[in-house]
Amino acid sequence: MAKELWEGNQAIAEAAVRAGVEAFFGYPITPQTELLEYMSKRMPELGRTFLQAESEVASINMVYGAACGGARAMSSSSSPGISLMQEGLSYIAASEVPAVLVDIMRGGPGLGNIQPSQSDYFQMTRSAGHGDFHPIVLAPATIQEAVDLVYESFPLAEKYRTIVIIAGDGSLGQMMEPAEMPPMRPLLTEEERGDFAVRGKKGREKRIITSLFLKEPELEALNHRLQAKLQTIREAEQRWETYQMEDAEYLLVAYGSVARTCKTVIRDAQGEGLRAGLFRPISLWPFPYEHLAKAAEGKRAILTVEMSAGQMLEDVQIAVRGSLPVEFYGRMGGVMPLPDEVLEALRGVAFTHRPLQTGVESRYW
Amino acid sequence: MTDENRLTPAEIMEHGQVVYQRPDALSETLTHYCPGCTHGIIHRLIGEAIDELGLKEKTIMVAPVGCSVLMYYYFDVDAVEAAHGRAPAMATGLKRTQPDKIVFTYQGDGDLASIGTAEIMHAANRGENITVFFVNNAVYGMTSGQMAPTSLIGQVTTSSPMGRETKLHGYPMRMAEIIAGLPGTSYVVRRSVYDPKTIRQAKKAVVTALKAQMAGLGLGLIEFLSSCPTNWHMSPPDALTWIRDNMVPYFPLGDFKVSDEVKALG
Repeated sequence: MAKELWEGNQAIAEAAVRAGVEAFFGYPITPQTELLEYMSKRMPELGRTFLQAESEVASINMVYGAACGGARAMSSSSSPGISLMQEGLSYIAASEVPAVLVDIMRGGPGLGNIQPSQSDYFQMTRSAGHGDFHPIVLAPATIQEAVDLVYESFPLAEKYRTIVIIAGDGSLGQMMEPAEMPPMRPLLTEEERGDFAVRGKKGREKRIITSLFLKEPELEALNHRLQAKLQTIREAEQRWETYQMEDAEYLLVAYGSVARTCKTVIRDAQGEGLRAGLFRPISLWPFPYEHLAKAAEGKRAILTVEMSAGQMLEDVQIAVRGSLPVEFYGRMGGVMPLPDEVLEALRGVAFTHRPLQTGVESRYW
Repeated sequence: MTDENRLTPAEIMEHGQVVYQRPDALSETLTHYCPGCTHGIIHRLIGEAIDELGLKEKTIMVAPVGCSVLMYYYFDVDAVEAAHGRAPAMATGLKRTQPDKIVFTYQGDGDLASIGTAEIMHAANRGENITVFFVNNAVYGMTSGQMAPTSLIGQVTTSSPMGRETKLHGYPMRMAEIIAGLPGTSYVVRRSVYDPKTIRQAKKAVVTALKAQMAGLGLGLIEFLSSCPTNWHMSPPDALTWIRDNMVPYFPLGDFKVSDEVKALG
């Protein structure tokens, strides 16, 4: 299939359709609304379920209901809407039903604004709801990558019976880029639906999907099972990309659209003899700690760049365990860092952590 | 009767006539409900209706948060457990993706009339083809007797120790009347279970509501006035009388919406 020009939100929607989503439940919120609008036309065309819910609280619980029945279901929203979904996400995680959620992040906290932001990294990777769980969080940097990750997200959610969040930001949702759509995947057949699905007890024992376990040993056993599953995911599902690592003295770490800015910065820096590489985590959870540590070996310092006050920064620090300096440059409130700013920050990092001068004169004169 | 004359269960099954037994749609298990609580009666009515209509194998139940949170152990049907108040949204997700199934929610007054008002109002307004069994006992039972949105004026609860005051807490919500005002509904009635007559009337309503869903007529809701002897601090018989003498005057029993299509079901 040839490349076509797609808006990010619409591309994500079409990729989900191609991936075989059967039901979409959502609520309008900028900057992801085009995703919902696209689905409102596309899903009925194909005889699939689309419903604009009364709130994000309701839409995630509709996803929960559909998913309990073994349907491929999804929702999408942006930061304040995700806050409202945290209750439902916790129940979905505890019930171990698969679900896909798209978060096109905007500036916060509070009502914030509608510009691109990455300030919900903690919310997605650390606190998607109450209790001990993590969703799989995948952060595309381009529309093509968003399409590919959405396409993969449904089988991934079904394989582990977990939540997969596609973490984009307002710029990714709103920009247009060429992208190639994957082929239309067939819908799940009755036989392919998980053996957890409640579809009426005909021909079998009844099934109960609940997140209530009043006896402590039972709830602890559930938690042990969830943790074992998360460990499997940690080991199998880390994704990352490196760029211009050869001869790099400094390492930029960034994800999503900011990583694209960093690639420009790396090329600009080369022109002035400053050699930097990029480590781009694609899976924010599970975070590719060991791979980042390996990429950081022999570097003079790391510069982490985010559209936040420094949230992924903590994972970078965990990854390198103090083995090299970790610096940070971030913009907040929906401001995207410009290449010139990041280059200036990189120059500063390079100066601060420059190689020691060998001549006594230059140091003490 | 002496022991020698007593029939064994096997002999009863062979010679006797069974006149009363557990509905097939209910599981053979003990319940955790307090003595005198009328949840058990309402469960039984729903179980009987499921049996009579032959729906057991195609029913999906959405359980609430509240005293009936464990009801999925008491019914022999597929079930999910919703977050507090969200049962209508979960039921929407289930029914929209499995329109050939029978989906019902069972919700208390805190669940449906307080934390879940948005979900029930919009499910009703959309005319979701589901059945809602709303159990109103004027109190938060599971958390041990706090004021509910349906607590009566002056009612003393653990969170309204001086009695419910309208200036402070507003008025008891008449949910059946509110929901009946929404065009998406086909069948909205209020029943009780305080004596054999009201129980029989309630049973009829359960059958009608499920038939309406089978015919795809939109949301059906039955509000049951139910007792809570434990948190009302009454004996079970006194609690039943209290429903009749105190709840019914404020929450009148009756039909608030019976569409022509539902009437035609007979």
